Amino acid sequence: MGALADGPGAGGIRAADIEVSLGGRTVLDQVGLAAATGQTVGLVGPNGSGKTTLLRTLYRSLAPRAGLVTLDGTPVAAMRPGELARRLSVVVQETSPDVPSTVAETVLLGRSPHRSAFQGYTAADHELAASALRRVGARHLADRMFATLSGGEKQRVLIARALAQQADHLLLDEPTNHLDVRYQHEVLSLVRSLGTTAVVVLHDLNLAARYCDRLVLLDGGRVVCTGPPAQVCVPGVLEPVYGVRVRVVDDGAARQLVFAPKPS
Amino acid sequence: MTTTSAPAPAATALQPAADDLGRTRRARRALTWIAVLSAVLVTSAALAVSLGPVPVPLATVWKVIGHHTVGWPQRVSWTTAEDSIAWTVRAPRVLTAVFVGAGLAVCGVALQALVRNALAEPYLTGVSSGASTGAAAALLFSASLGSSAWGLSGSAFVGGVAATALVFAIARVGGRLTSMRLVLAGVTVSYALSAVTSFLIFASDSVNGARGVLFWLLGSLTQARWSSLPVPVAAVCLTFVALSYWARRLDALSIGDETALTLGVRPTRLRAQVFVVVAVCVGAVVAVAGPIGFVGLVVPHVARRAVGGEHRRVLPVAALLGAGFLVWADVAARTVFAPREIPLGVVTALVGAPFLLVLVRRFHGAADIG
Repeated sequence: MGALADGPGAGGIRAADIEVSLGGRTVLDQVGLAAATGQTVGLVGPNGSGKTTLLRTLYRSLAPRAGLVTLDGTPVAAMRPGELARRLSVVVQETSPDVPSTVAETVLLGRSPHRSAFQGYTAADHELAASALRRVGARHLADRMFATLSGGEKQRVLIARALAQQADHLLLDEPTNHLDVRYQHEVLSLVRSLGTTAVVVLHDLNLAARYCDRLVLLDGGRVVCTGPPAQVCVPGVLEPVYGVRVRVVDDGAARQLVFAPKPS
Repeated sequence: MTTTSAPAPAATALQPAADDLGRTRRARRALTWIAVLSAVLVTSAALAVSLGPVPVPLATVWKVIGHHTVGWPQRVSWTTAEDSIAWTVRAPRVLTAVFVGAGLAVCGVALQALVRNALAEPYLTGVSSGASTGAAAALLFSASLGSSAWGLSGSAFVGGVAATALVFAIARVGGRLTSMRLVLAGVTVSYALSAVTSFLIFASDSVNGARGVLFWLLGSLTQARWSSLPVPVAAVCLTFVALSYWARRLDALSIGDETALTLGVRPTRLRAQVFVVVAVCVGAVVAVAGPIGFVGLVVPHVARRAVGGEHRRVLPVAALLGAGFLVWADVAARTVFAPREIPLGVVTALVGAPFLLVLVRRFHGAADIG
């Protein structure tokens, strides 16, 4: 699967030769990414390496100076906003708004790309939203105000909204942020179990190695290494990028990376 | 809470009831609010026509309205004075209050969603400061414009639209229209124009003119006639339809630009469209009533507390609440110190400020839980 060519006609989420500059500074330089249909691809790298910028390019929040992003072979630049929203759902971090809305309303918004302007949400929309909330273990929060939730609860609700959107491509920016260990694993196994093509920005390399089919390691706006986790998560690749010592511990059940500061 | 509207008892017995996420409960709640508020508004409007320095009995009010609109009752059983007070003077004034209140409320709802700020109000578009400058210029320096209702309204409208265009131009630099820049541009233009208005008052020698400007600045419905009604009615109705059309996009936009984008909304384009519609509507409203404060700020919050954050429900509830509120505020303005009238803006501020205080306290109480 990973050996397949990254041609523009291929399925899944693909980006090729992406160049982005913000405020005159080149943030992404000749970056490529390929998530074949059904694959979960992890986007890893140190702070400021361009992970979020690449993700924003994928959902067309940023227009690249050069390069092409495609969903199942269709360039995203050519899609209408509604069409893109029906095919690609995104979980991003945003500060809570002043304007109050409940958890149920927040999740229902995921159905909005499927409804025309004057059409109300249907009974089916409500059932989809309810089952999305159940799937992330947040059904009991439905009548709470979104702004009053804890960080982890908010994250799960946002993932529920993405599920309710029923797009077959999914982008997540740090979905395990604010989550305790149990929910970190639950959220990522949930993402895997959906079978949708997903690109996930992750800080935690062990989580990334465990739940992703492939990893893309960024550093300074360039792809340093890409491939299956066993190929990327090795001391020889990670040590120069992160500037720490890396040891691999294999206890038979899982391969864990242990980090230690470099002796000066 | 897992029961639905249940199509047939047999079906629900066989399969577990679907989880409708409280859909029926919330829809019923919104419909109840709309029905009750509509009834209250109709009753309030009739009472407002009846009340005043010269009271007209409520039964007579209904008959006068029936006689003039649907031609029933045909036989006139009331005095000419009653007819003229109820139909010629008060009815257009009360209807103007209805549409001005509704317009300011729905524009407040839209603007708060647009800039994602609970303290935003329609006048953030710069329209009221511009209208004030326009009206002041007409009242102080042009006898022909200042003395006719149409001239005054026209000058106010032109001033308001010009100021809005200025705010828009400042905020839009670079092709993007962010909420923060919109707020800063609105505040800046408002301060600058109120300085211009003050300077115009200072520069003119007319004491009467200055008094007239002051009265206009505080808002009043004394100029409301049947002939001045169509413009605000059309503006408010069209605005309501447009905002309802954008309701779900406003839901998305009020969460954030990135979120809106991932839900198929173009944030900058929507913000520009809503901004223009709101500015024209508020311009039309301010032109007949003056810059009446607090309605557009307070009513949206009350409406959201009643029916939640979904704009499809907030908009009609806010419109009805704003209309009812302004009808009673105008009754107070006419009757409390009768035969003298107090400016409407004074009444809305006196009632609105404590209301806002309560809302702010509750709002922070709720936010502190997290």
